[in-house]
Amino acid sequence: MSSESNPIATLVWTFGLMSLFAVGGANSAIPEMHRAAVDVHHWLTDKQFADVFAISQLSPGPNVLIVTLIGYSVAGVAGALAATVAMCGPTALLAYYVSRFLDRSRDARWPAMIQAALVPLSIGLMAASGLIVAQTSDQSWIAVLITIVAAALAFATRINPLWMLLAGGLLGFAGVI
Amino acid sequence: MPPESPPVAAPAPDASAPSPPHQPGLLELFLAFAKMSLAGFGGVLVWARRSIVEQHRWMTAEEFNETFALCHFLPGPNIVNLSVVFGSRFRGIAGGLAAFAGLVGPPMVIATILAALYARYGDIDVLRRTLAGVACAAVGLLFAVVFKMMMPLLKRRDVTGLVILAAVFVAIGLIRWPLQIVLLVAIPLSIATTVLARRMVRA
Repeated sequence: MSSESNPIATLVWTFGLMSLFAVGGANSAIPEMHRAAVDVHHWLTDKQFADVFAISQLSPGPNVLIVTLIGYSVAGVAGALAATVAMCGPTALLAYYVSRFLDRSRDARWPAMIQAALVPLSIGLMAASGLIVAQTSDQSWIAVLITIVAAALAFATRINPLWMLLAGGLLGFAGVI
Repeated sequence: MPPESPPVAAPAPDASAPSPPHQPGLLELFLAFAKMSLAGFGGVLVWARRSIVEQHRWMTAEEFNETFALCHFLPGPNIVNLSVVFGSRFRGIAGGLAAFAGLVGPPMVIATILAALYARYGDIDVLRRTLAGVACAAVGLLFAVVFKMMMPLLKRRDVTGLVILAAVFVAIGLIRWPLQIVLLVAIPLSIATTVLARRMVRA
């Protein structure tokens, strides 16, 4: 535990700032969440971070709710609420004003241009997210195999991803991994 | 699922096909976003498109793509941005808040309950093993999204894009540099190369 005078304020500051750099959505911000929660503030261990990632993928709703789980582990319900609002609020406000501005100016070319430029960045960030969680979760060759099979199925078929998560959970439950 | 009747008095007959789009009320916005959010395991976008474009016909497919493109290019959770932009387009700030509350509120309650359960029972061995298995599969799903998004770059033989992608992956995933520093270098670089590439195509 690091000495934090006010954990709620730290949560709000950490995630509020992070949200403004979350190019390409919540999954791109996972490396930074890992850095903040595990390496900098020691809120979670590596294993707990992987667990929290798993729970956030299992539960319904936007993937950003991983911050709700991190917030809860820091400061209970208040922490969950603070982290979620901090991660969603600033960029939602930004989106509101930008969309109003664009509605008036009606020149929608530069967002398309910037978006095209951001695509490689957000893919790179998501690949890094995968690597960081995999380094904790894929400790055995069977675990690696499950990851590869899930990736291949999700890439090549239209099977609902929830089934793959449940299958992974069952294999873990059975002690195969 | 039967289409729900609008809670606010709206004298518009729903059946008529190309009539001017029905204006959703606050409660309707809240409920629609709560529904798509709770249906959305592993991503809400598919359900948002289905609900907004196909089920309620609040937007055409093009309008939806435009709005989503804007929300994708802005930082932060895309679908959360979308809810605010969408809601405010119909009902101003209150509409944005209603859609936002519907999208984030109910799943946040579920996530908080799961977090409380995890804090209490997370040390139990069976649960740890199960979650480890889920995490393995979840990482696989993430890689699948990465590959799907990479395909257009590969097909276009977009070398600069792939180099930037690889550089960001190494800087963040392997070296573990802070996000802000990497992005402050990578974003201007990527925008500059994209603009240059388009100029060259046009010339």
